Amino acid sequence: MPEFTISRRTMLAGSALLLASTAMPTIGSAQTPKKGGRLVVAADSEPRNLNPAIVASNGVFFISSKIVEPLAEASFDGKDGLDPRLALSWEGAADGLSVTFKLREGVKWHDGKPFTSGDVAFSALHIWKPLQNLGRTVFKDLEAVDTPDEATAVFKFAKPTPFQLIRNALPALSSVVPKHIYETGKIEDNPANNAPVGTGPFKFAEYKPGEYYRLEKNTDYWGKDEPYLDEIIYQVLPDRTAAASALEAEEIHLAAFSAVPLADLDRISKVPGLKVITKGYEGLTYQLVVEINHRRKELADLKVRQAIAHAIDKNFVVKTVFLGYAATATGPVPKNDPQFYTADVPTYAFDVAKANTLLDEAGYSRGDDGKRFSLKLLPAPYFNETKQFGDYLRQALAAVGIDAQLVNNDSAAHIKAVYTDHAFDLAVGPPVFRGDPAISTTILVQSGIPDGVPFSNQGGYKNAELDALIATASETLDTAARTELYKEFQRKVAADLPLINVAEWSFISVARDTVKNIANNPRWAVSNWADTWLEG
Amino acid sequence: MTRAVILVRRRLVGSIFVLLIVVIGTFLLLEAAPGDAVDAYIVSTGGDAGMIELLRHRWGLDQTELTRLANYLWALLHLDLGQSVTFSRPIRDVILERLPNTLLLMGSATALSFGLGSALGIYAGARPGSFRDRFLSVGSLALYAVPGFWLGLVLIIVFAVDLRWFPIGGIESIASARTGLDRAADIARHLVLPVSALGFIYLALYLRMMRAGMAEVWRQDFVLAARARGLSRRRIVLAHVARNALLPLVTMLGLQSAQMLGGSVVIESVFSVPGLGRLAQEAVAARDTPLLLGIILISAVLVVIINLLVDIAYAFLDPRVGASEAGA
Repeated sequence: MPEFTISRRTMLAGSALLLASTAMPTIGSAQTPKKGGRLVVAADSEPRNLNPAIVASNGVFFISSKIVEPLAEASFDGKDGLDPRLALSWEGAADGLSVTFKLREGVKWHDGKPFTSGDVAFSALHIWKPLQNLGRTVFKDLEAVDTPDEATAVFKFAKPTPFQLIRNALPALSSVVPKHIYETGKIEDNPANNAPVGTGPFKFAEYKPGEYYRLEKNTDYWGKDEPYLDEIIYQVLPDRTAAASALEAEEIHLAAFSAVPLADLDRISKVPGLKVITKGYEGLTYQLVVEINHRRKELADLKVRQAIAHAIDKNFVVKTVFLGYAATATGPVPKNDPQFYTADVPTYAFDVAKANTLLDEAGYSRGDDGKRFSLKLLPAPYFNETKQFGDYLRQALAAVGIDAQLVNNDSAAHIKAVYTDHAFDLAVGPPVFRGDPAISTTILVQSGIPDGVPFSNQGGYKNAELDALIATASETLDTAARTELYKEFQRKVAADLPLINVAEWSFISVARDTVKNIANNPRWAVSNWADTWLEG
Repeated sequence: MTRAVILVRRRLVGSIFVLLIVVIGTFLLLEAAPGDAVDAYIVSTGGDAGMIELLRHRWGLDQTELTRLANYLWALLHLDLGQSVTFSRPIRDVILERLPNTLLLMGSATALSFGLGSALGIYAGARPGSFRDRFLSVGSLALYAVPGFWLGLVLIIVFAVDLRWFPIGGIESIASARTGLDRAADIARHLVLPVSALGFIYLALYLRMMRAGMAEVWRQDFVLAARARGLSRRRIVLAHVARNALLPLVTMLGLQSAQMLGGSVVIESVFSVPGLGRLAQEAVAARDTPLLLGIILISAVLVVIINLLVDIAYAFLDPRVGASEAGA
């Protein structure tokens, strides 16, 4: 399968392909799937809570998406970019006050009890809305869920809620858990949070802390002939080099989420029997962003922010920091988003002379030592690439006379310093674009967010016009009008630079040739793997 | 026998103060680190202000540091290590599950470095200044200078990836349902590389100590006397020289146990061994104060016990030790 090979790397550097990749049809396998086998994959962390209805995060989904299913999953070619899972159809009322889901019938929970609309109502009202990290925002106006029959759930909203947003939120935010297990006792303390019960193709079987998770085939799964695999094992490999070694030693079949560092990909792509796959993460785009503390007098000046944007060579960053496995960014929506992205925004070409002129105009001329002013730069430690970009940014700023001092923290300390203490001037962050700007993107620039909320505007930026635009968009029901408002949002953010979007990237999988049906949807690593099979 | 009992009693009373200082010190250190368990948690989830407040309340982080320390010490008095924030399970269970792995790794590595180290030390010290003496001294020093993680990675690449003689990591084959001897053999196979990586580094210490001790003993009068009596060289080396040089090594054994625990943090991560060292590293990253305190407490108890055993062994090996205390 040449589509999967490393040669895509050079092409990926061009943003056009990243855009086109979502439009490409699913790469199916012409072979007849084989039943049976144990798939062993690398896991680099052990989530403390495996309930995806409470914790909607990739670390949790990676394991639990095989056990607990959402109402719909992301799809390359389905209607609205969705494939039905527990819901067969979804329809929004014109007034934005209700959404009706027709549910799949004959589905059973892993303990044999039937799945009904009562489970959906319970999950939505008692978990997604009050407890879920993302649902607390998206479902905040959800008032009731009517269940006229066992296969129908009608979501009722107190305020008009855009159907487009609900649709876009389905893959990540709508994991359904069984009411009969969660209705007694405190939901947060339920033992099923660590041994999930769902409707998915695999059942939770065993967890040995520090060693592995084991899932086994659900023989009662609703999907015809699915799943193909007998077992999935997540082997915990905490060391950064371990996944690559384990693949080479043929101890594991797959390392997802860039568990193999970018620098190793070139070498490992030449190992016979292994392939490097860049597809299957289109719905999980990370954005490389320079967060700005507007409380600093210098940074409150638009000219200084423009100068910083001009000082960054985005192409160099993509080529050097990401080794080509990324695309340059123009604004707060990534280029590979099929619904909202617009290229029609102010852009900032790499131009050191212009950056210097802008800084001179702003009144910050160079001192005797060649420096205009100093600032504190805090790169987020979560990814190698965010740290490396921090090093690059320090040099890029030095070239225009800004002296940036790097402050390196571990994750907990970084979160506290940036989002609670505001003890930064510039920070490098990796926010996630989740298919709709209202889920986790507008919050990056909106004002009035309490201190301590991570991945939000904690830079003291306040723009009444932008706030009004975000508020209007959140209530606009018409899909076309709403999309247009978010295009305007991108233009305004790119013009006023509350933050600077540098690049967009996603993850890489490395797998053995024998693993089939990989990367056949935009959230593949966190989808249910019902059709994944092993050859030989 | 009474000698040993008195020794044990004295050491235990002293140890309790040591442990108390360790607990309070660790607590204050971790509190001084920026960010708490909730900050560490929301890195992977995000969340709004309400959710964060809810979590702080649920995990008891909205209480003052002093209250939390007092609560912890009070629970500790009842031998309760508390609840882990990251695992939502009793800390005792979390630690007990990992302790055997670390003990196995440490014990085997210590046996390797002590056993092989002193044997090679005797071999080298039997003929001080010879070629084999120089070769072993320099070779072991070179090993000592190698960082543990690097040695571990090299062993993995050579013996696990290229030759495939041993697995790349873990403590046993995953979900293999092995039992009894079969399982023991499987665990042993998994331990070969991590034990080598950990053990070979400390080998040099014992080797050089043995060698240096022997070099000193060679000059003693009784060796001369033994020679004059016409004893075989082999007999002199083993029964007279090596035996007398062995005592300091036993002391070293006790001191090294603490270092081994430190070294196992790195080796356990490189070889994906689910042990205490790796757990400690995770506890720090997650700012799981009670868990880290539990691990440190258990490690401290472990070190105290090992040193106690060393002292007792010493008392038996050398009749002079503890004699004055027993008489007092």
